[in-house]
Amino acid sequence: MDISPATRPLVEIKGICKHFGEGPTRVDALRDVTMTLWSGEVVGLLGPSGSGKTTLLNAIGAIIEPNGGWMKLDGEVVYDNRWLRSDLRRLRLEKIGFIFQTHNLLPFLNATDNVAVVLQLAGRPREECIRRSVELLEYLEVGHRKDSMPSQLSGGEAQRVAIARALANRPRIILADEPTAALDSVRAEIVMDLLRKLAVEQQATIIAVTHDDKIFGRFDRIFKLRDGRLEDDGKAAEPDVVSP
Amino acid sequence: MNLAWRDIRHKLGRFVLTCLGLSLLMAVVITMAAMNRGQIEDATALVRSIGADLWVVESGTHGPFSESSRIPGDTREMIMRMESVEQAGAITLQTVQAAHAGRKLRLQVVGFEPGRLGEPVKLIAGRPITRSHFELIADKQTRLQLGETVRLGRDDFTVVGVTSGIVTLSGDSIVFMSLKDAQDLQFQQAPPSARRDAARGQQRSPVDLVNAVVARASPWVSTDEVAETIRRWKHLSVLTDEEQNQLLTRTVIERARKQLGTYMAILTVVSAVIIALIIYTMTMEKIREIAMLKLIGAPDRTIVGLILQQALLMGALSFGAGTALVYTLAQGLFVRRLVVLPTDIAMLFGVVVLVCLVASLLGVRAALRVDPARALTG
Ligand SMILES: Nc1ncnc2c1ncn2[C@@H]1O[C@H](COP(=O)(O)OP(=O)(O)O)[C@@H](O)[C@H]1O
Ligand SMILES: [Mg+2]
Repeated sequence: MDISPATRPLVEIKGICKHFGEGPTRVDALRDVTMTLWSGEVVGLLGPSGSGKTTLLNAIGAIIEPNGGWMKLDGEVVYDNRWLRSDLRRLRLEKIGFIFQTHNLLPFLNATDNVAVVLQLAGRPREECIRRSVELLEYLEVGHRKDSMPSQLSGGEAQRVAIARALANRPRIILADEPTAALDSVRAEIVMDLLRKLAVEQQATIIAVTHDDKIFGRFDRIFKLRDGRLEDDGKAAEPDVVSP
Repeated sequence: MNLAWRDIRHKLGRFVLTCLGLSLLMAVVITMAAMNRGQIEDATALVRSIGADLWVVESGTHGPFSESSRIPGDTREMIMRMESVEQAGAITLQTVQAAHAGRKLRLQVVGFEPGRLGEPVKLIAGRPITRSHFELIADKQTRLQLGETVRLGRDDFTVVGVTSGIVTLSGDSIVFMSLKDAQDLQFQQAPPSARRDAARGQQRSPVDLVNAVVARASPWVSTDEVAETIRRWKHLSVLTDEEQNQLLTRTVIERARKQLGTYMAILTVVSAVIIALIIYTMTMEKIREIAMLKLIGAPDRTIVGLILQQALLMGALSFGAGTALVYTLAQGLFVRRLVVLPTDIAMLFGVVVLVCLVASLLGVRAALRVDPARALTG
């Protein structure tokens, strides 16, 4: 195994705010959130329902636009009170992998093609798309389901296909919204191990929302959200700097 | 992998049913065009079957189809004597009603001189007329069989030959008989009135009248020259084959332009609205998947491509099925003659492609507007 380069910040956000609605119906989902995530670390995001966890992931993932603040992803300032890039989809495709609470696979593609589609969008040749997709599915132990349609997969299988898709383009930032919610505890362990391995091998950063106290111990740091504010800025647990 | 096709394959049954429905609509549009062509073919069928270069008719008329024309029977000899004329034949035209095998027949009778120009050349069954009396060549559309006899006027005629695809401008069936029989049928009075006229001491009108003389010019002279000579020296009107065809099709084409043109415009608009609704519904049904595609990074190009390809495939398949249906109907299964011309099909296909593209705009707009975050809700 090759030696990891020095850790560096992959996600830096400062003063991110997000509110929904206006006037009496206004909900402040994120208030002045500041955090830095480093390569190679697996970070947990905790908080009661409605505290803004999903909103935070969506903001980092450039799925929703914040109302203010500053954000740097993989060394590039992408948001400074407004998006600085017009091709946010390209950004998502190349840098960010999403794992959602529910699998969100495309119902009209089989397992292999659900993974291959993001490779194809990134412009990879067809054979490479298929080969890498099948490899990833096998790696996630759903290789035997590679030709199945999403409707034929169990919740756990579908979730692992979705994880394979999230990993396909080797993203530096992986955002996981309750990735283990649909899995039994054994599978949940496997998925967490896998994310950990990925963080180390690919020098990625992984931020996972969870309610699952079984896996609390597997995070390098834990952030807690309450009413859109970070309670604990995560400083308590700086990542271990892997020295050469 | 092609997303448009994968999505269609996933719901193949419904897609096929939608296409079948659309193909019926398109078949109606194609039928309209084919009927229009069929009417033009019908209008000129008789003229084409005779295959003359020149139609010599009564002076000052545009006969014998568009206006009535009567000229002396010896006109044919006079024309024939011209050096620049190779062939000529006299013809008569008249409409008769006959009762046959329990049904009423409305027939256009064409009288011709056996062995001369004007004789129907293409028989699909039987033989040409050999005796000058009481023999008949009937078009298939009359449903008269070979060997059958039918009473016309006061005589029984036997069907000896059958033609195909020759009808009148208004779609009536046609029979051919010798000029002599046709003249008798047209001009001979029934015995009681003949006796009455004779009692009054009135002379019977001469029966040697024909409606037109058809002629073919010699190969070394131009048709127009011959026509000009006849006009100047013989005090007769002459129509070239082309003028006759134009005369016959003009009314048909004008009527078709107005009627069929309006129908086709309405149908095209209706099709466009229906296709737009189908595409819009198809798009809205997979709006979550489209949001998902955007979320994982698919560019607008991919999304628009997905919708347009589906719309075009649907249009093309429906149009193909519609064309096949009309083509099948055109093999004699439809009440009117249908003529499916490749140029018409190509033009209509162009319209269908255009309609599909325009109809997709609504769906494309909805798809481009959808927020990728929509993939995560509900
Ligand atoms: N699209 C939206 N429109 C309006 N309100 C929203 C929307 N998304 C989230 N919210 C609100 O923002 C708050 C935070 O939501 P969310 O980030 O989903 O919380 P969590 O994931 O921690 O349960 C909630 O009060 C929620 O109702
Ligand atoms: Mg949530």
